Amino acid sequence: MICILTVNANTVIYTKFCIIIIFLLTIIKEDGIMNWNCSRKALVVTIMTIFALMAGGALLFSCGEAEKPVEEEKVLEPIKIGVVGPHSGDLASYGLPTVKAAELVAEHRNAMCGVNGRKIELVVVDDVCKPEVATNMATKVIGEKVHVVLGHICSGATKAALGIYNDSKIVAMSPSATNPALTQSGDYPNFFRTIASDDAQAELEVNFALNVLKLKKIAVLHDKGDYGKGLAEFAKSFIEKDDRAELSLYEGVTPGAVDYSAVVQKIKQSGAEAVIFGGYHPEASKIVSQMRKKRMETIFISDDGVKDDTFIKVAGKYAEGVYATGPMDTTSNPLAIEATEAHRKKYGDDPGAFFLNAYSAALALINAIEKSCSTDYDDIVKALRSEYVATPLGIIRFDNRGDAIGVGFSMYQVQDGVYVELK
Amino acid sequence: MDWEYFLELFLGGLTRGSIYALIALGYTMVYGIIELINFAHGEIYMIGAFTALIVTGVLTLLGWNHIAILVLAALAAVVYSSAYGYTIEKIAYKPLRNAPRLSALISAIGVSLFLQNYVLLAQTSDFLPFPAMIPDFKFMEPVAHIFSSSELVILITTAIVMILLTFLIKFTRIGKAMRATAQDKTMAALVGINVNRVISVTFVVGSATAALGGVLIASHVGQINFYIGFIAGIKAFVAAVLGGIGSIPGAVLGSFVLGWTESFATGYISSDYEDVFAFLFLVFILIFRPAGILGRSTTDKV
Repeated sequence: MICILTVNANTVIYTKFCIIIIFLLTIIKEDGIMNWNCSRKALVVTIMTIFALMAGGALLFSCGEAEKPVEEEKVLEPIKIGVVGPHSGDLASYGLPTVKAAELVAEHRNAMCGVNGRKIELVVVDDVCKPEVATNMATKVIGEKVHVVLGHICSGATKAALGIYNDSKIVAMSPSATNPALTQSGDYPNFFRTIASDDAQAELEVNFALNVLKLKKIAVLHDKGDYGKGLAEFAKSFIEKDDRAELSLYEGVTPGAVDYSAVVQKIKQSGAEAVIFGGYHPEASKIVSQMRKKRMETIFISDDGVKDDTFIKVAGKYAEGVYATGPMDTTSNPLAIEATEAHRKKYGDDPGAFFLNAYSAALALINAIEKSCSTDYDDIVKALRSEYVATPLGIIRFDNRGDAIGVGFSMYQVQDGVYVELK
Repeated sequence: MDWEYFLELFLGGLTRGSIYALIALGYTMVYGIIELINFAHGEIYMIGAFTALIVTGVLTLLGWNHIAILVLAALAAVVYSSAYGYTIEKIAYKPLRNAPRLSALISAIGVSLFLQNYVLLAQTSDFLPFPAMIPDFKFMEPVAHIFSSSELVILITTAIVMILLTFLIKFTRIGKAMRATAQDKTMAALVGINVNRVISVTFVVGSATAALGGVLIASHVGQINFYIGFIAGIKAFVAAVLGGIGSIPGAVLGSFVLGWTESFATGYISSDYEDVFAFLFLVFILIFRPAGILGRSTTDKV
């Protein structure tokens, strides 16, 4: 999801740029031939001013970010944690909560005795979620001699920076990069994350269908969008890998269509016992309602695009019994409540996106340094993989690929008009 | 060949076709009279659905019975949407009647965007549940697995609306005036026909059918939001062109043909290419019959 957003952000910037140029061209045209020279000068001046302003703004910003107050009375070398992510631009709302989480954790630890007597110091750097900026910023934090990195936020930027950290033997932990290949490719042994990867939902859906519901024939549908189709493709490959079930249908439906009866008939014709749907709730509720109206009892399993109360509101009585995966419920975790409370107290509002994931990542990194009594790459990696740590997301450790064990999705089912987590 | 599957797809296409037809009828009427593609038509349909939702909500609170609510909601939707249709014509199209056709078309797109965003701001951007107002008939229960009650109601309504419209145009005074206006506006005005009134009536009738469609389709689908008019409008427009824009039986036939094409393409090939087949078919028809299936080809005299 983050990846797509990055592309969109770029497009927006280009569009804005184009609009400015078109606007300037219009000025020239309307000025006519009389003032041609004059306005061309004006154009050059305007463009230069814009560039100067943009460059100036960026410089000011990065200076402001880099100069963090340094503890004067340190006895030992501080532990430096690089916090890299988008802190300005369109995607700032994804990156800033991570900075706040890191600040809260660091403040909390420093108020006690830090990590093994060493204070925690944050090096906050802005990568605007762009791969090309991310590589520069990675080099920058390495130059600052950070011990570990909390970041990056977007999958694309993370991927670009990981090679550089790997060469310098620095652990990077992302609270939000969900691209499956980051851990599964095995290219980045230094990478860890406290969020489940994109294919985790599909895997959970298929496992649930095969192990719990014991189904033999499954149809996979998607809404042709990036998110839905991506999930559906993973689900399809998981079903095909397993001998216990057969993929009876794989189709994309047109989002927004007035009627899905043909697809519904096709599901019936294929003899599928269940439908796994990748997409969002408007299409899901239409398909479910039409299936039930045609007196079909086919089981419906979907993703966190459907695990939304709007789905239950819209599909009404037809929503009953529908399964959907969603992030594990953390609202009863005392650490999560404490972290959210601390955020409210310090910043005066509710935390933003990936806050708990980032809080957990910061705790996991600090825990690994503390337990291994070292800032060496090999020791930290070993500790991350072996030591359990209590976080707002639950008690977690990391597997050999870098994915967090204990973080992920749960299966929910609509029972009496509410989503209930199935244990 | 699996005949039951074929029948199911056939009926599915029929439902889809009658949904398109209810919207396409308004398109084709307006085009027939003033040769304007009324892009705001889909939005009138959407407004009809919203009005019905609000009226239903209020009446359900008052505890009225089902059929009374359906009838009253449909009536309210028809009246409200017709008022919109009338006003839009007066504000956005009438001042442009003698302007180039492109200007009126752009004005239509503008009205469409305006209404969409107006509903977005005045109501909500969320999907809203629309109550199933068409009851499940007892006698439909044996065939409910292939053809539901709401589909039957939509099909019958489409047929009735089509027959009434044909009657209106063929056998009434205002219908005669409409046909005259469609042939030649200046000449019609010269023989004493109030052209402005005829055009207003056309918009009112067209909007009324769209509102009726809005109520029935929203009730069948079970959800509405501000954007439903756009997609339904585009598909209905394609159906109207396919059948021959300007012709009322043509719009209905075109809608059914489009519905069947989509249904069979989904059933026998893949729903990934549903739209591709629908539009391929449109291109194919237009190559051999440029005026559409039932359209009359007009020759421009220079």
